[in-house]
Amino acid sequence: MMTAAIVAREVVKKYASVTALDGFDLEVAEGTVMGLLGPNGAGKTTAVRVFATLIQPDSGHVEVAGIDVVANPRAVREVIGLSGQYAAVDELLTGYENLELIGRLYHLGKKGAKARAEELLEQFDLTESAGRRLKEYSGGMRRRLDLAGALVRKPKVLILDEPTTGLDIRSREATWEAIGELVASGSTLLLTTQYLEEADRLAHRIAVIDHGKLIANGTADELKDQVGGHRLEVALRDAADLDHARAVLAPIGHGEPVATQEDRRVVVPIAAAGGVLVEGVRRLDMAGIEVIDASVRRPTLDDVFLALTGHRTDKAAQNGEGVKAEETKNEEPVR
Amino acid sequence: MSAVGLAVGDGVVLAKRNLTRTLRVPDLMMSSLIMPIMSTLLFAYIFGSAIQVPGVSYTEFLLVGVFVQTVVFNSVITGSGLAEDIQKGIVDRFRSLPISPYSVLIGRTISDLANNVLSIVVMVATGLLVGWRIDSSVGEAAAGFVLLLLFAYALSWVLAVVGLSVRAPEVVTNASFMIIMPLCFIANTYVSPEGFPAVLRVIAEWNPVSAVTQAVRELFGNTNPDFPPGAAWPLQNSILASFLWIVVMLVVFMPFATSRYRKAVAR
Ligand SMILES: Nc1ncnc2c1ncn2[C@@H]1O[C@H](COP(=O)(O)OP(=O)(O)OP(=O)(O)O)[C@@H](O)[C@H]1O
Ligand SMILES: [Mg+2]
Repeated sequence: MMTAAIVAREVVKKYASVTALDGFDLEVAEGTVMGLLGPNGAGKTTAVRVFATLIQPDSGHVEVAGIDVVANPRAVREVIGLSGQYAAVDELLTGYENLELIGRLYHLGKKGAKARAEELLEQFDLTESAGRRLKEYSGGMRRRLDLAGALVRKPKVLILDEPTTGLDIRSREATWEAIGELVASGSTLLLTTQYLEEADRLAHRIAVIDHGKLIANGTADELKDQVGGHRLEVALRDAADLDHARAVLAPIGHGEPVATQEDRRVVVPIAAAGGVLVEGVRRLDMAGIEVIDASVRRPTLDDVFLALTGHRTDKAAQNGEGVKAEETKNEEPVR
Repeated sequence: MSAVGLAVGDGVVLAKRNLTRTLRVPDLMMSSLIMPIMSTLLFAYIFGSAIQVPGVSYTEFLLVGVFVQTVVFNSVITGSGLAEDIQKGIVDRFRSLPISPYSVLIGRTISDLANNVLSIVVMVATGLLVGWRIDSSVGEAAAGFVLLLLFAYALSWVLAVVGLSVRAPEVVTNASFMIIMPLCFIANTYVSPEGFPAVLRVIAEWNPVSAVTQAVRELFGNTNPDFPPGAAWPLQNSILASFLWIVVMLVVFMPFATSRYRKAVAR
């Protein structure tokens, strides 16, 4: 039988005015990658902070590597590696000093900490910037260094909160590779992400959280099947037509059409593909709504997300290229 | 490793990190190295010469006041440093590591102690250049420095509580000054409290800064007959009073700061 690297049961965490986790359940099998997906404010970071012993749940039970996080946080910290949502690096120390400090605090000794720091700098392609202070690093370099910090002790359970947000495509690939290697060597990974592509590619299983509750859990294919059918997707020239288009398309749909303002799209769940595309476009044309793109396709993870939470991920809404505003700095300022 | 050994070991690693930071921030360098030198020179030349007392040196009397004021001001870094580390998420990173839960506070107070040693060394050097002398035995002089540093260390824990309670780093400095300004100036640091209005005089007499200043003056042989310490018990028994104050501050504020820290980080 597979043992679980992370078990959460009925976890509740309340802040003054919000219930961030509201009876959250999760199970991550040892040696696997679990992608935790959810819209902004769903409770992903709160869950991560509970697993990493940074905050205590109000009630419920959490075990990481078989250790109770409330009863024995010290032992949990021995076996986890954490990289939080915002890079927690020391701006005034160099890249090398940051990693060496973490090694010392893991009690690797002077030599051990030095060797590990050099290894990680190499692995994350930061050797050239090793002697520069973090405040001279770009957002992406910082993120990579923070990630390297989570790997200093080759953790049994690695917890990463949006590890590739703000990284360019090349760095994202490099990060995925590093994560892949670690998982291949037997570590377990819990990763929150806004990139469905990332979850699709890295995660064995995906858990969807919303309003502090687990609302779906399975492999990407299972989740897509769960939503079922096909999708008719049209893109309009004018966002003002969205509501009208929804009404026009409703009769041919199998479920409620959903509009997204940002990319002026309407997605309609349909039972079967045959003939619907032509029918849909004809109806829109007759209603005087200008269509710039139309297609019928299998559901994507994004549709799963939409069906489950009622809205698309932020990233998808920005055509998959979006990064947080404060993190749009260019990679590698000097070249 | 024992719990205490671990806390101190991790604390020392973190203290080294804090000191490295201090040396790299011009503002912090200013306050721990340049300011003490400037204060020493200003007080020695401006005030020391303005108040001419025939036969005795007012400079000698003043400089101990400058020493005490400097270590009191330095304690602000404890609170602002903690608040900043928490705000920037660095403390979360540390807390995800298997370190002692006390090591962040121990590291911070140790680095601030080292910072005070640095300030005192430059002030002593500057003081000697402008004619300040210790007129006592080596043993007494050493005891004077130890007392000064112990007091500074205890005070760090007090200001740690301020930093951990206020939390917004920009506000911590202001809040701290509201505490340390009266502490520094309603005292015998530069003048004799004899001339203060009644209420202020009582406060000055029982101010721990006064006891420490008087004790260090006695241990350095820097007392001045024109500025008698006053008849209050803490000033007549300044060394004992200083130690009592230090013990009380540590006993009260170490656990207080620890519980504040737990609250501040567990959000
Ligand atoms: N320290 C805090 N104090 C008060 N409320 C908080 C705190 N941390 C989180 N919350 C609230 O708890 C809820 C869950 O927040 P959390 O950060 O876990 O969401 P998230 O899924 O990580 O979102 P995002 O995708 O934006 O990172 C939100 O409503 C948030 O406002
Ligand atoms: Mg989050």
